[in-house]
Amino acid sequence: MATTTKLPATGLSQRLGSQVLPVLVIALATLLAWYALTVYLNAPGAIERVLEPKGPWTWRDLLAATMAVPRPVLPAPHQVALDLYSSLVDWPLNSPRNLLFHVAVTGQSTLVGFAMGTVLGLVLSVCIVHSRTLDRALLPWIVASQSVPVLAIAPIVLVILGTMGFSGVAPKAVIAMYLCFFPVTVAMVQGLRSPQVIETEMLHTYAATRWQALWLLRLPAALPFLFPALRVGIAAGLVGAMVAELPTGAQAGLGARLLTGSYYGQTVQIWSALVMSALLGLTLTGAMAGIETLVLGRRKRV
Amino acid sequence: MNTRARSGLDTATLALIALGLAAAWALLHAPLADPQTPKTALFWAATLGLAGLAIAGIRRLAAIDGPALYASATAALFGLWILYFWQLLTVALDVPRVLLPAPTLIGAALSEHMGTLQTDFVQTVVKAVALGWLLGSGLGFGVGIAIDRLPFLQRGLLPLASLTSTIPLVGVAPIAVMWFGFDWPSKAAVVVLMTFFPMLVSTLAGLQASDRLERELMHSYAAGYGRTLWSLRLPAAMPFLFSALKVNATLALIGAIVAEFFGSPTSGLGFRISTEATRMNMGLVWAAVAVAAVTGSVVYALLVSLEKRAAFWHPSIRGKK
Repeated sequence: MATTTKLPATGLSQRLGSQVLPVLVIALATLLAWYALTVYLNAPGAIERVLEPKGPWTWRDLLAATMAVPRPVLPAPHQVALDLYSSLVDWPLNSPRNLLFHVAVTGQSTLVGFAMGTVLGLVLSVCIVHSRTLDRALLPWIVASQSVPVLAIAPIVLVILGTMGFSGVAPKAVIAMYLCFFPVTVAMVQGLRSPQVIETEMLHTYAATRWQALWLLRLPAALPFLFPALRVGIAAGLVGAMVAELPTGAQAGLGARLLTGSYYGQTVQIWSALVMSALLGLTLTGAMAGIETLVLGRRKRV
Repeated sequence: MNTRARSGLDTATLALIALGLAAAWALLHAPLADPQTPKTALFWAATLGLAGLAIAGIRRLAAIDGPALYASATAALFGLWILYFWQLLTVALDVPRVLLPAPTLIGAALSEHMGTLQTDFVQTVVKAVALGWLLGSGLGFGVGIAIDRLPFLQRGLLPLASLTSTIPLVGVAPIAVMWFGFDWPSKAAVVVLMTFFPMLVSTLAGLQASDRLERELMHSYAAGYGRTLWSLRLPAAMPFLFSALKVNATLALIGAIVAEFFGSPTSGLGFRISTEATRMNMGLVWAAVAVAAVTGSVVYALLVSLEKRAAFWHPSIRGKK
């Protein structure tokens, strides 16, 4: 989870030096290591297929050849960037060659599933907090399910929904939903219970009903617990939606793009789909963090 | 145990639960629940009555204030009833096996394909998950210790490492397959990648967990860097390390299983789940899922008990008595 450490208000240049510079250096080092690895991994193939047939070659030729192999073991960063750029610019938005099309497909099922999972988690956590029976009988199972690889039942969900006649967004959204639902429920139960005894007792002396206590005290108190769970949930939902695209032989979506890339050995395509899904994950969680800042403002985070 | 009448288990509750279980057994074997007989109002009345009895029993058990044993018993009873109604309704209503096989069918598949599932378990859990988990967590820990004295690297690496939790890392599986082949090494590689970053982040956070006061005390004892690390900072980091190990155990299982969806040799839990699902052999699919689920919970429980032994002195453990 992104741990944001708030520094005391310092000058911009100081902040730049202490926070941004190290990250930039590490990123640059990663990029250089990537290039080095590209040369190292692609060299045998490049020598065999490109350079040997043409006769004598120099190191310079080798460097150039490793960066331009059509199906490289590891594509160079600029190859991936070019492929990404051309897929975004050269094709219309509704073409399956445009990666944004796949982003839209996967993002849609992620968001639909995320919304359903969040609502389900909220409702269930409110029920659990107000019912001792549910708290004792159901909550242990929900907590225990976090140590179980629930994503493994994705193929089962696909088969069940498939035989019931659902296809397209629905099965993927259901899988994203149940992945979002667990963290939201667990965090909300914790959050709804976070008010101090003295605060609940005060509402009691005001003769507040259970609903008023929920609305005025418990829900606001639970918000700082909710948002980290939402960030975890939406990232898990994205993984769920992508995995759901694998067994169905789906034609669209980032997961399908990864799979077809691996079928046809199109490494550059795999990498650009991977980069795109990373960007989608960052955007989704970033959006959640933005909403969190909007809602909570300067309230203390947990 | 029964002496505390108010807060302990009373006879009425016990009788109610026993009555419910007896009635459940009777209904399961009654001709009413036979899939061939048409479902009469009598069957539905009996089922609803039984559900009422079950809920009443769970409610009474849940209302007991007492040792944690009662809470676990409530959860166990609830699980048992869910399993029972799953069995009763799937058999009585003749639900197609593709939709939802009865628990007994899953159990039958489990014992029938024991050999296959054992091979799958070895392939996925013993080879890919265990090795990848150890290697990934070990590397994360090692890098965390190594850059402990380099604040510049820490400040650069920590934000990037934290960001990876929002990225679907499991998507590297097709690349891993190309690099390391179809067999388990490619799955282990995915697991290493997925478990590395949580461990790195937790190690760095854990090493900061000791108090300034405590560190100054070590300094006043003239303890060097290594001694302070070994005697103070690593023990203080224990809860962080264990929480990363627990998170990683689940992540590793997910990573290996999903990586097998992308392509694998003819064994492995993920391979079994995905191929048998396309063949509509749902009994075996559910059995493989059950093996994965039990593995996940057992590993988690083992780590929790290990943590209790290793960090018994820590407030977060002592408080959980």
